[in-house]
Amino acid sequence: MDYVWAFLVGGAICAAGQVLMDLTGLTPARILTGYVVAGVVLSALGWYAPLAELAGAGASVPLLGFGHLLAQGARNAVDRIGWLGAFTGGLSAAAGGICASLVFGVLAALAARSRDQN
Amino acid sequence: MEKGTSPRPRSRNMRLTPGEYSRMVGRASPKSPLRRDVVWAFLVGGGICLLGEWLRKAFLAAGHTLGDAAALTSITLIGLSALCTALGWYQKLAAKAGAGTLVPITGFANAVVSQAIEFKVEGLVTGVGAKMFVIAGPVIVYGTMASWAWGLLYAALRAWG
Repeated sequence: MDYVWAFLVGGAICAAGQVLMDLTGLTPARILTGYVVAGVVLSALGWYAPLAELAGAGASVPLLGFGHLLAQGARNAVDRIGWLGAFTGGLSAAAGGICASLVFGVLAALAARSRDQN
Repeated sequence: MEKGTSPRPRSRNMRLTPGEYSRMVGRASPKSPLRRDVVWAFLVGGGICLLGEWLRKAFLAAGHTLGDAAALTSITLIGLSALCTALGWYQKLAAKAGAGTLVPITGFANAVVSQAIEFKVEGLVTGVGAKMFVIAGPVIVYGTMASWAWGLLYAALRAWG
């Protein structure tokens, strides 16, 4: 059942992004930025945690989940160390994904030949 | 054969009213591109999340905590996306799947890796190092700002609430 919810919720979040792209013509960079900020807002409102509980990777793999991770990180750090946590918590929580993207990006660039990506 | 059964002359067939013409165009065109795009995005995006859930379960079964399993899942998906991007596969899938390949964390990784590869020709510092942030940069900047604002708001709510 976990797998079904992961597929349905993850698919629905992506389908909503497709509707936005087709109807508004937003560029990929704007869609991604919007999704991350929306994830922070939904997490702050307390709406994203129940979805993540239900759908697992269906909620954490889309970029909304990246925003949720940032927001949860900031909140948990504030609980631990006070207002300084607002500065340290978000990026600390998201560090794994950001670091992996950057490291693999440079490694891929070193391994692959430079070419047009479209 | 009777004369009346012969087919009508072609020239009369081709005289179409605007209404008939638009109906013919409607029959010949693919079904609503929006609906087709959304179905593709749903299936591919859902599929990537399904793979993520399978990985997450595997990491949990291996004894990792909930938080570690989520981080390991993200890192694994990002690694797979980087590999598929370097091989040129991710872009091919993205042409059909649209937001289905963009919105998952693999799409974020693809945005970083494809830029890094494309701009290798401009050097490792101002090419790869700088251009890989063209799409990822704004995501990190505004995501971090939003989480900072939420952190301060939460600290204020805790202090006075």
